[in-house]
Amino acid sequence: MMQFMLLFSRQGKLRLQKWFSAYPDRVKKKTTRELITLVLARKPKMCSFLEWKDLKIVYKRYASLYFCCAIERDDNELLTLETIHRYVELLDKYFGSVCELDIIFNFEKAYFMLDEFLLGGEVQETSKKNVLKAIAAQDLLQEDEAVESALKEYGLY
Amino acid sequence: MPTVKGDGMRGLAVFISDIRNCKSKEAEIKRINKELANIRSKFKGDKTLDGYQKKKYVCKLLFIFLLGHDIDFGHMEAVNLLSSNKYTEKQIGYLFISVLVGASSDLMKLVIQSIKNDLVSRNPIHINLALHCMANVGSREMADSVGGDIPKLLTSGETIDSVKQSAGLTLLRLQRSSPEMIPLGEWTSRIIHLLNDQHMGVVTSATSLIEALVRKNPDEYKSCVSLAVSRLSRIVTASYTDLQDYTYYFVPAPWLSVKLLRLLQNYPPPEDPSVRTRLTECLETILNKAQEPPKSKKVQHSNAKNAVLFEAINLIIHMDSDPNLLVRACNQLGQFLQHKETNLRYLALESMCLLATSEFSHEAVKKHQDTVITALKTERDVSVRQRAVDLLYAMCDRSNAEEIVGEMLEYLESADYSIREEMVLKVAILAEKYAVDYTWYVDVILNLIRIAGDYVSEEVWYRVIQIVINRDDVQGYAAKTVFEALQAPACHENMVKVGGYILGEFGNLIAGDPRSSPLVQFQLLHSKYHLCSPNTRGLLLSTYIKFINLFPEIKTSIQEILGSDNNLRNPDVELQQRCIEYLQLSTVASPDVLATVLEEMPPFPERESSILAKLKKKKPTATAEGGEEKEKEPRTIPQAQVSTAEPAAPVPLQPVGNTAPAANTGGAIDLLGLDTAPAPAAPAASSGLGFLVDVFGDQPATNGVDDDSLTPGAEENFKKFFCKQNGVLFENDLLQIGIKAEYRQNLARVGVFFGNKTTFQFTNFTSNLVLADSIKSAVSVQPKAVDPVVDGGAQVQQLFNIECIDNFTDAPLLKISFTHSGQMQKLNLKLPVIISKFLEPAEMNSEAFFTRWKALSQPEQECQKIFKAQFPQDTEQVKQKVLGFGLSILQGIDPNPDNFVSSAILHTRNQQVGCLVRLEPNKQMQMYRLTIRSTKPEISKALGDLLETQF
Repeated sequence: MMQFMLLFSRQGKLRLQKWFSAYPDRVKKKTTRELITLVLARKPKMCSFLEWKDLKIVYKRYASLYFCCAIERDDNELLTLETIHRYVELLDKYFGSVCELDIIFNFEKAYFMLDEFLLGGEVQETSKKNVLKAIAAQDLLQEDEAVESALKEYGLY
Repeated sequence: MPTVKGDGMRGLAVFISDIRNCKSKEAEIKRINKELANIRSKFKGDKTLDGYQKKKYVCKLLFIFLLGHDIDFGHMEAVNLLSSNKYTEKQIGYLFISVLVGASSDLMKLVIQSIKNDLVSRNPIHINLALHCMANVGSREMADSVGGDIPKLLTSGETIDSVKQSAGLTLLRLQRSSPEMIPLGEWTSRIIHLLNDQHMGVVTSATSLIEALVRKNPDEYKSCVSLAVSRLSRIVTASYTDLQDYTYYFVPAPWLSVKLLRLLQNYPPPEDPSVRTRLTECLETILNKAQEPPKSKKVQHSNAKNAVLFEAINLIIHMDSDPNLLVRACNQLGQFLQHKETNLRYLALESMCLLATSEFSHEAVKKHQDTVITALKTERDVSVRQRAVDLLYAMCDRSNAEEIVGEMLEYLESADYSIREEMVLKVAILAEKYAVDYTWYVDVILNLIRIAGDYVSEEVWYRVIQIVINRDDVQGYAAKTVFEALQAPACHENMVKVGGYILGEFGNLIAGDPRSSPLVQFQLLHSKYHLCSPNTRGLLLSTYIKFINLFPEIKTSIQEILGSDNNLRNPDVELQQRCIEYLQLSTVASPDVLATVLEEMPPFPERESSILAKLKKKKPTATAEGGEEKEKEPRTIPQAQVSTAEPAAPVPLQPVGNTAPAANTGGAIDLLGLDTAPAPAAPAASSGLGFLVDVFGDQPATNGVDDDSLTPGAEENFKKFFCKQNGVLFENDLLQIGIKAEYRQNLARVGVFFGNKTTFQFTNFTSNLVLADSIKSAVSVQPKAVDPVVDGGAQVQQLFNIECIDNFTDAPLLKISFTHSGQMQKLNLKLPVIISKFLEPAEMNSEAFFTRWKALSQPEQECQKIFKAQFPQDTEQVKQKVLGFGLSILQGIDPNPDNFVSSAILHTRNQQVGCLVRLEPNKQMQMYRLTIRSTKPEISKALGDLLETQF
């Protein structure tokens, strides 16, 4: 299973963190710091996999953002690269050419998307269409609410 | 500011913008504190907040937390959101809980209640929200109170697909955290049949769950094998249009395929012939597809396709039964070895390690030896080179050992420092394991020392000595080769050690040649003497005394050296004692006695190579045996992983002198065989220090200390506590004194345990802590009295509560007196309460570190020490000491990974002082440079004085 996923910028700023097992906060902070340093120090042509403690780290850079996943010893590295890619595609489709700022300003959406795609450290749904459908259904609910509250404001509801 | 998706929370977006516009960390913190104060007052205020406002503030708190700040309020407001009837509010509430609320929180009961409510909602989106929260938190309490409803949700015909998917993985998470909470017995068959579900997403999720359940209970889930095979078969034979959105870059359902292939790796090859044939067909199809031209140039296509291929190869290796498949897999990987993608080369090397352990494919792997050697030499990424080393190690057998070892030796000269030690171990193991001709083995080990002496651990050179001693056919050759190696103007200290030992035992075998006459041998060794550490010098002294026995004709030259002023008055007591004793021995003992005492070492008992043990210890997974013995278990191949190096193993075998005190060794042979040296400072004098002391009649006084002078050994023992809190402070025949200490900020609680080792009472027992005038104002002590009688065999405890008020340098003195069988005994010991005990390690990033470092640039704020290493410069041991001393280890700050950078806060009642420390080992010179900076010059100095003694 995937243990955790980190998104961070080229400047080493953490943009998103998802932990699939319970880790103490102290360990989370230390791990994040270590991995950001480790991954940022790697050169472009290097292998996307590295061993770290008893986990395997799989990372890939998209524009200014690094996506970095920690998987267990018998997990599949290449497929993890594509798990990352699929998540990027989902974000891209949802935000329309996603950029780092989208993830900063809509971090909660990035989390909701991740929950539809990965759960408990395993891939839940690989169909792009189905994930986006689920998110769209959520958005629909919230739009209803937005209309409702707008109406309320004007005393029409 | 980019547009905000969905229902914008304008306040949140403004806040995020503000944070992004902050020019400095300080500004950011200021802005955040302002916001926190605002939110706090809003939450506390009389005005009730509406849902939207609550949501907005909770979301802001979440954002602040994700920036890395601690959040200690707002949890209740988040829990309130869970029961909102507005979806977006509920959603933010759940997100906050998932990210921020630990499983142990008091609020969990309320959260669980909301989950329960949402699970029975008519809206599947609400159900999923609750499931996601459970899967994210995954606590036992949740498993206990709502877990029981999940299997039903998962298998019921009423449940819609998206809920089933979430339920499957939620159940998996709960199973992992508390497997016994949810009995699944009655659901087994229905869960297995999810593999046949119409909806690919449901199968994808269920397969992960089933794999986890299978691992716990393979028999119960056995029937999943045939279902998994047929599902896999349908996917593998599908055209890429069949599976619609589950096809990923022309690869049909790669995630599900990999999961199914993983699932099957939990079972032996299927027994049912039809299932087995079908599986073989699947695997063949996957291998065939690898040969087809790619359907897309995109890397996603090849990654997905190869992900399935590698998983199929894993299954083939796991089954290890079909030679045809194994060889095909090997050939496929062989192609990848020269692929342009680094990732594929890396994985191919890794997978081939597994294939090398199968008897069916071992030979096929060997065909790629040259390619792997080229990879070792040319790969630009060290992690790939490391895989190549692993593979060479795994594919090595008797037929190619000489070549592989040769190549590895050659590569070692330029190898990355990070993998050298492991390579040395591997070369040493292979050379020993596959040596037919032991002269080759000796050459290899000596080469190892020559090329990478610093990385040759004790186990390696102990082992070569063990083997030379046990095999008389190689002794003459070893003596000759080592003699030649020592003639190099600069040779590694390990070479001197091996040379000293071997010549001391077998120098006579080459003494006939005038070029290596006894005197030449002696002079050659002695020319290295002054460049060596005390440990090695001790070993050489033992060689010299052995020479006196082997070559009586050079006795006087050796006695001259042993008796030189420099040696007899050497400040190192170990060396001094050896010289005195060896000199005496050579003078007083008759040649017969000398010959008996200095006899050749007996053969060592055969045992497992300690090097192998070390490699295993270094990397628990590294148990692969090449050659005849095969590991069936997959994934137990040497995996290079230097970062987890453990402290050096206690050495099981000690052919040469170390400096450990051996106070109670009774036999004279033990003392004189090069084994252990008598310890002059060992306090336990009365129990027969043995032969040597009796001969020389020089019994050190251990007791009867007067007034304030310290009991012998007290200072040494005191120093041992600088980097630890608990241990034995003093021990003699009568009494053992142990220390157990706890420190919190500027307070200490020190327990002193007095153990009466005799069968008689101690009477008039007193133990007082005396503070020198210099520290009276800096330390305050509250002692507890101790009973005046200590029964035979009993242990009593004395507790001291100590507060550090200000910096101090002298340790408190512990004065103990008691009467034992009519005799008054006195001990004066130093209580290991020193200023560094009040350090608290601090973490900081490199930016903060350098800012502070630069801020402390006045000369008196810095204390720098350059000193010689007293102990082996083992990175892990040094690290343990640094941590034990109360400092942190900060990673990624010093560009040189060998250096240690630390920070800590010193707590005293009067002040808190930040301290920065940098320790730079120089392994070549066996020196350290230590730099300490703090705002208080006297503290920098005090810490420097303490730390200097520890390495």
